[in-house]
Amino acid sequence: MSEARPMSTMARVNVGLAARYRKERRFKFFGLAAIVASLMFLALLLASITAKGYTAFRQTEILLDIHLDPAVLDVNNLATANYAALVRDSVQTLFPRVENRQDKRIVAKLASTGAAYQVQDMVMNKPELIGSVKSVWVLADDEVDMFIKGHIPRNVPESERRISDQQAAWIDQLTAAGRLQLAFNTTFFQAGDSREPELAGIRGAAMGSFFTLVVTLVLSFPIGVAAAVYLEEFAPKNRWTDLIEVNINNLAAIPSIVFGLLGLAVFLNFMNLPRSASLVGGLVLTLMTLPTIIIASRASLKSVPPSIREAALGVGASQVQTIVHHVLPLAMPGMMTGAIIGMARALGETAPLLMIGMVAFIVDVPHGFSDPATVLPVQIYLWADSPERAFVERTSAAIMVLLLLLLAMNAAAVFLRNKFERRW
Amino acid sequence: MAAVLDTVVDMRDVVMEKNEADAVAAKARKVDRDERRTVGLPFVEEPRMICREVNVYYGDKHAIRNVSIDVGKNEVLAMIGPSGCGKSTFLRCLNRMNDTVAGCRVTGEIFLDDLNIYDRKVDVVPLRAQVGMVFQKPNPFPKSIFDNVAYGPKIHGLVNSKSELQDIVESSLKKAGLWNEVSDRLDQPGTGLSGGQQQRLCIARAIAVRPEVILMDEPCSALDPIATATVEDLITELKEQYTIVIVTHNMQQAARVSQRTAYFHLGDLVEVGSTDRIFTNPRHQLTEDYITGRFG
Ligand SMILES: Nc1ncnc2c1ncn2[C@@H]1O[C@H](COP(=O)(O)OP(=O)(O)O)[C@@H](O)[C@H]1O
Ligand SMILES: [Mg+2]
Repeated sequence: MSEARPMSTMARVNVGLAARYRKERRFKFFGLAAIVASLMFLALLLASITAKGYTAFRQTEILLDIHLDPAVLDVNNLATANYAALVRDSVQTLFPRVENRQDKRIVAKLASTGAAYQVQDMVMNKPELIGSVKSVWVLADDEVDMFIKGHIPRNVPESERRISDQQAAWIDQLTAAGRLQLAFNTTFFQAGDSREPELAGIRGAAMGSFFTLVVTLVLSFPIGVAAAVYLEEFAPKNRWTDLIEVNINNLAAIPSIVFGLLGLAVFLNFMNLPRSASLVGGLVLTLMTLPTIIIASRASLKSVPPSIREAALGVGASQVQTIVHHVLPLAMPGMMTGAIIGMARALGETAPLLMIGMVAFIVDVPHGFSDPATVLPVQIYLWADSPERAFVERTSAAIMVLLLLLLAMNAAAVFLRNKFERRW
Repeated sequence: MAAVLDTVVDMRDVVMEKNEADAVAAKARKVDRDERRTVGLPFVEEPRMICREVNVYYGDKHAIRNVSIDVGKNEVLAMIGPSGCGKSTFLRCLNRMNDTVAGCRVTGEIFLDDLNIYDRKVDVVPLRAQVGMVFQKPNPFPKSIFDNVAYGPKIHGLVNSKSELQDIVESSLKKAGLWNEVSDRLDQPGTGLSGGQQQRLCIARAIAVRPEVILMDEPCSALDPIATATVEDLITELKEQYTIVIVTHNMQQAARVSQRTAYFHLGDLVEVGSTDRIFTNPRHQLTEDYITGRFG
């Protein structure tokens, strides 16, 4: 009897074993299913944005033979010459049979209003060109662009599309003559916002985001780390520090628009800082990011093993030396990861910036912290709100750029974590 | 015991009329103290550290009760006892490592030579330079072997030049018996060494600041028998220059390395005596039970 007992234990374990493994397999399956589902949604999101947005990286251009008429271009007064007329004339010469004045005006609109600036730049850089006839690729109007890219379908009744049959015929004529091409859209990366989609770019918003994030990082990282170090290493554990801890956790959960209102009240109305400036945006985002950084920094300070502190204290390091020489270097990767994730959140933040006027229509690319600016997500919001068809693809393209930046930041966080993780 | 009772009865006669309740309480206290009186010879001729009526509380928990003991010059004092009896707690009083524990309170007096280390004016930084510590789990800094040993001398400003620092690192590693194994890879991380080497590195780190006393809290409990033997040999050598207090749960180890042994039980220092005497002829019942393996 007593010899049979180990066998029977074995047998009993074996009976339950199949069920145990089944349970484990089911558990694994659910986990995998969750991952697959979330990856599918992510893929769907990326695919739809890419499908809508990739065309924005190419832009239709028209080849014009521009007669740089010395009668129009006064060498001493190049800045104010009527370049638009030159462009208009050269487009119209492409269609000699159009004589009706109204039609002529429509023909002239095939080229973007930005073409005049292109010609101006060209002439001002090389005044010796005046008098010659120059062939240049200039930006086409956004509707031509949309038509070429197929976003304005031909097979719907004329009254329901923005391009008339007549315009379509002209465009086809240009295509046949080899005077239309799709070229890389440099404007999109070099220009600020514009009412004309073909002239609108994300440079202004990107610079605004950059300046805003610099302010946020420079303020929130040192303050956040200092606060975390104080709370974790120096503060006595009493009711006050408990209260502070609860409040910091609360702050992290406050809707960001509230920080925007606070910024409006304090930074704009009370301190009279400039409206729409990246500086104020950075200050507001600092308020919003601080709790995140404090919480992440405290967690990474806590994860430094006490044995390291004991080792340092044991050889007679003071508390500050222990922290500065040993604890902080070990906690730094975690803190930086927290900071990057906080920054990534700040980069994607829209609501609080609306409250401090960073939603204004700003054409100029900001050059400093106090210039009026907007940021990428706000730019996306503005474009998504615009009626022109061409802004749809630009919205998606801007989203792609924003996602790429976020991806880069999160990858940096993962990289830092893997590189410096657990060195003890 | 009979003598104690006599005293109690005498005392009772004197004060009974005045305040019987007080007297009963006093009796209870006295009996209590007598039963807790340490057996053996806790005091020595030439003490390096003197501890008198040390009590330690963690919040409400009374972890060390009225412990009085001396640590002699250049001796190895072993502290043994069942787990949770307060060996580590008492050891950590000797260099005030308990200061870092929230809610820990120490009363009584502890002297290092003539310095009352719990005096308010005493700075723990120089104190810990004089009373070094080696922990249960080897805890080298995640830095190079060189930096591990050099850290103490650097922060205490014990060196004026790089070559001086190199000398200290070399001599400390030699004293710790580690030099031959690591001399060609001082720039590699200390955490990459084996457990026994790490512990000797920690010992080298502790002696690099030239302490007078070295506290060791179960320094071999995480090591294999061979590494343990190496560290034990090292302790025997270090005794020539340093006073060592070692906590161990391994009685053979206490017997091998120490001159005097202190037996702790539930926060009381039950018995102190020369190691030979304690292990051959324990006087207290609890000591005997522990040594003969009746609990532990
Ligand atoms: N930080 C602490 N807080 C509260 N109680 C503690 C703390 N450290 C130790 N103790 C308690 O004090 C007693 C003695 O612990 P310790 O000195 O670690 O024992 P030993 O080292 O002899 O095993 C134990 O009962 C333990 O639970
Ligand atoms: Mg212990």
